[in-house]
Amino acid sequence: MGAYLASEDGFKPPSAADFNLPPIFGDNPFTTKPIFLAFLSVILVSVFFISASRKALVVPSKLQFAGESVYSFVRNELGRDVIGHEFMRFVPYLFTLFTFILTNNIFGIVPFLQFPTMSRVSFPYVLAIITFVVFHYAAIRHKGLFPYIKEIMFPPGVPKAVYVILTPIEVATYLIVRPVTLSLRLFANMFAGHLLLLVFFLGGDYLLQGAIGLKLVAPFAFGFGIVLTFFEFMVQCLQAYLFTLLTAMFIAGALADEH
Amino acid sequence: MLNRNITPWAAGETLNPLVPHTAELIAGLVAFTLLYLVLRAKVVPKFEKAFAERTDAIAGGIERAEKAQQDAEIALQKYTSQLSEAQGEAQKIREDARVQGAAIIEDLRAKAAAEAARITAAATASIEAERQQAITSLRKEVGALATELAGKIVGEALDDQVRQSRIVDRFIADLEKSK
Repeated sequence: MGAYLASEDGFKPPSAADFNLPPIFGDNPFTTKPIFLAFLSVILVSVFFISASRKALVVPSKLQFAGESVYSFVRNELGRDVIGHEFMRFVPYLFTLFTFILTNNIFGIVPFLQFPTMSRVSFPYVLAIITFVVFHYAAIRHKGLFPYIKEIMFPPGVPKAVYVILTPIEVATYLIVRPVTLSLRLFANMFAGHLLLLVFFLGGDYLLQGAIGLKLVAPFAFGFGIVLTFFEFMVQCLQAYLFTLLTAMFIAGALADEH
Repeated sequence: MLNRNITPWAAGETLNPLVPHTAELIAGLVAFTLLYLVLRAKVVPKFEKAFAERTDAIAGGIERAEKAQQDAEIALQKYTSQLSEAQGEAQKIREDARVQGAAIIEDLRAKAAAEAARITAAATASIEAERQQAITSLRKEVGALATELAGKIVGEALDDQVRQSRIVDRFIADLEKSK
């Protein structure tokens, strides 16, 4: 940020470069802020849910109730209602996915952290690859490898001539479009949201350095930045939900019998 | 364009935000796996246990309540039937008592009547016997006295038993006739 203030050739709008944070310790590429945040989220989520579930009382304490609410939301709304009777196998994965993404997203508006881990595309890539592996593996285990490939390439109930265009589309959907859209949706939302907040807060900051007229406008920039922060919170929750929901739907599709 | 990059790190990296970084891929995978293992081992089973116990507690509670209600209904039925039974029994006892009472009264009355008849009969018999005895003894004594008296008057001893008795009979018959 100091670089902006020190610059003398006018306002530099925030760009993709602002997401390329340098390693904190020397040149070690494992010591960047996003990586620390990712591990911080692991610690926070683990500590929270372990202490919430430790006693597992029939009549829950407030902490247990809070943890249970999140867990039963993922378990029932995203697991049971979407996947169906075999959902319990996938609940740990969906639960981890939701809490991990949500926590890392919310880091984007937590004071002092203020960086959404998922705006680094590597993290959504990893999650999308895991989901890709999970739902294909579930489908192969459920249907067998060749029936599954056949089902992807030649969906039943379609006239033969249509396969000419349908087969490439289906194959691309299952192998490329699903993981790519899944990861890019999350990444782009977090990236754009963080960029938007940077524009308003750095812009407001810059306006404050300017002439008196600009100084008067600055509060509006900050005010709008705060409004957008709330908006971001909504987007962060929504994207965590969406990623988990889509994963659950892919798994449901993998377990569904077409006949 | 390059001079806009703030740090050497950023300058060394590609600015394309869609290109992943190896370190972050590894770190992301490790972090996620770690969290997955922790949540799967420590959190999910505990919550599931709590859910199961809760379901059990609620279902058990309902079951117990249903059983209690059933028991209560059975007990109520039992009491009701016992009550009506007792009422019937009481009715029967009262009826029996009434009938028995009537029978006893009737019995006593008959006994009293028989006793009265018996006493009357006995008295009558005894009176009759006494009367007969009195008549016999009177007849003897009056006969003897009269005979003796008549003997004395007539001076003639009426020793003959047959005649004596005939005279007395005639005398008494005359007495009864003159009455």
